[in-house]
Amino acid sequence: MLISLFITCYNDTLFPETGKAVVTVLERLGHEVEFRDAQTCCGQMHYNTGYAAEALPLMRRTIDVFRGSGPICVPSASCVSMMRDHYPKLAAEASDPALAAEVEGFLSRVSEFSELLVDRLQVTDVGAAFPYKVTLHTSCHSLRSLHLADQPVRLLQAVRGLEFVALPRHDECCGFGGTFAVKNAEVSTAMGLEKIRSIEETGATVCAAGDNSCLMQIGGLLHRQGTAVRCMHLAEILAATDAGDGLPALRQAQGRPEHSRGTAEAGSDTYPAGVAAALRRKPGPGAR
Amino acid sequence: MIRVGDAASAPEFAEAAKGALTNAQLRRNVRHATDVIRGKRAVVVGEMDDWQALREAGSRIKAHVLEHLDTYLTRFEENCTRAGGHVHWAADADEANRIVIDIIRAHGGSEVIKVKTMTSDETRLNRALEAVGIAPYETDLADLIIQLGNDRPSHIVVPALHRNRAEIREIFLRGMQLTELGPDPEDLTTAARRFLREKFLRVPIGFSGANFLVAGTGSVCVVESEGNARMCLTLPKVLITMAGIEKVVPSLQDLEVFLQLLPRSATGERMNPYNTLWTGVTPGDGPEEFHVVLLDNGRTKVLADADARETLHCIRCAACLNACPVYRQTGGHAYGSIYSGPIGAILTPQLQGMDHSQSLPYASSLCGACYEVCPVKINIPEILIHLRRRIVEEQGSYLERLAMKGAALAFADPRWFSLAQTIGRFLQGPFERDGYVRRAPGPMAAWTATRDLPAMPRQSFREWWATRGAQRA
Repeated sequence: MLISLFITCYNDTLFPETGKAVVTVLERLGHEVEFRDAQTCCGQMHYNTGYAAEALPLMRRTIDVFRGSGPICVPSASCVSMMRDHYPKLAAEASDPALAAEVEGFLSRVSEFSELLVDRLQVTDVGAAFPYKVTLHTSCHSLRSLHLADQPVRLLQAVRGLEFVALPRHDECCGFGGTFAVKNAEVSTAMGLEKIRSIEETGATVCAAGDNSCLMQIGGLLHRQGTAVRCMHLAEILAATDAGDGLPALRQAQGRPEHSRGTAEAGSDTYPAGVAAALRRKPGPGAR
Repeated sequence: MIRVGDAASAPEFAEAAKGALTNAQLRRNVRHATDVIRGKRAVVVGEMDDWQALREAGSRIKAHVLEHLDTYLTRFEENCTRAGGHVHWAADADEANRIVIDIIRAHGGSEVIKVKTMTSDETRLNRALEAVGIAPYETDLADLIIQLGNDRPSHIVVPALHRNRAEIREIFLRGMQLTELGPDPEDLTTAARRFLREKFLRVPIGFSGANFLVAGTGSVCVVESEGNARMCLTLPKVLITMAGIEKVVPSLQDLEVFLQLLPRSATGERMNPYNTLWTGVTPGDGPEEFHVVLLDNGRTKVLADADARETLHCIRCAACLNACPVYRQTGGHAYGSIYSGPIGAILTPQLQGMDHSQSLPYASSLCGACYEVCPVKINIPEILIHLRRRIVEEQGSYLERLAMKGAALAFADPRWFSLAQTIGRFLQGPFERDGYVRRAPGPMAAWTATRDLPAMPRQSFREWWATRGAQRA
């Protein structure tokens, strides 16, 4: 089957490895992947920040780019939720019945990465091997907008050598929230610190997710704290095989000296010293 | 003047939140209390097979009422008046306060016992009463703690949620001028009972809020856990009730839905311990004179905005506060309004005016936990986005608008997008080390104050794809 990849703007820019991994997995399963290079952004950042007028042309061009495509694979639950929750509304507001019909057709072809594998392609074992202890962060959009059930978990549990460990309080937001992470950086950080405490409780080596945006928040905090837990998009784990794809980077991460700066301290009201100091500083110009 | 407590002069959310985040005791108290209520709610909601149908029913009844608000309000007025009540209409906070003061003065009163009334916090009634020499006594236990502590409510259902038992003991010792007081819950409630009973038996004028106004019968309904409201509603000679105009429901039958939704969502109880329902006055039984003040105070503005009208579905259960990961970090004071949490973030700016409380619609990661638990299905994330749109359209920040326009331009053409990626990689050069940016300039400084930022890799995905294609060809 010819599957069209919508990489999403931030994966394209910041997390190209995720895109490569999606291609690897789909090709390994015998599918052909196309990348329509006219694609850019789904419009979520603009829409969620209140710039619907700017989001509308981005929706139009996204639909244009994928005109006539087969199934569209999106390795980001958050962008899929933008499309499913807000594209029909944007089309209705534009009072353009033709556009509304196009949105419907487009949405019928769009799947989030784990949805595509489990629901559309009916696969759970993608032939991956990853001998590490892995926990899963379920993004709010995957949980409350896409209503993803256990698709990502089933995919992880079918990976050879992988030990899956459930994340406590998995339904709590990690605090990313797009521009929220900058406009309300301190609250966002406090939420994120709680998330990484839960992750550290699991003793996992890797925290996986279907959304690199959440992982940017979680990974950014983990890295600042100097902990050895590494964040990986689900696709990157599924791309790993006995040949060792994706593993060198992980070994490198594990080789890093492990500090303990109190993130695992009991009591959610205690801050690591660096964060407490940051809280006392003035807010950045991005804060409203 | 329209007024929502002191929201018009409150500091911005992000700034106020910083104070809360460094208050360890407050955060422990909020965390503990919300955990307890959430746990109880989850159990009693989980046992209901028809919970989703009930939510749908609640939502539809509220939507129907809002469509026909004029009809139901006048029907309530007719029926309440027929039963011996007096109905007053108040356009804003000042008018509502004036009506209440006039009634109390007409009876020569200098004191009033109060219970269960967020609307009077909204209008700042206590301040208005004190200004004319009338002493208000809060009789809901949590409101009493707030009043004696010169504090502000931080939660819609549990206003003193940010206080723990030791703090409450201190407040009682000072506020009730006691010389000794034990540390146990029984000691504290006994002290409160002694303090309040004297007032229940002495003060002849009572004041309350309302959970529901029943149009078909002209009845008013108040639900509670303590029995203090029952005292306040039945003992005085004169009773004044202030209620938002959105509190009306068509008939008694509709209470079947809301009296299941509300207690389970608010306190995790199957039923409220006290449900008081009264219609006008009954000679020889309860108050001899009864007044209802119907408060607009910005509600008709909310009603006029079809995209945000749902806000008025709210039955003040506060389930969204307990579920909100932002509220759980900061508590309620950071919202600068008596209405805090997700519902406060949409209600306050709409009532008070969008020029005030502009930061509130951004005080959310849009995680959706609020919508999930809302018993009347208010799509809070959707309304937050709608209000952000209004802020951007009506005022907004010039710099942010410029940045957003710039980004939209870059996304308009893949060549410009690629160019932006290349420029970004070039600009990050001086800040990057080992694949991370540890201190970013500009707006991203807020990110790197506490978090590392992954640097843009040398090759974007689209560049990799292009080289891959070239190799294959």
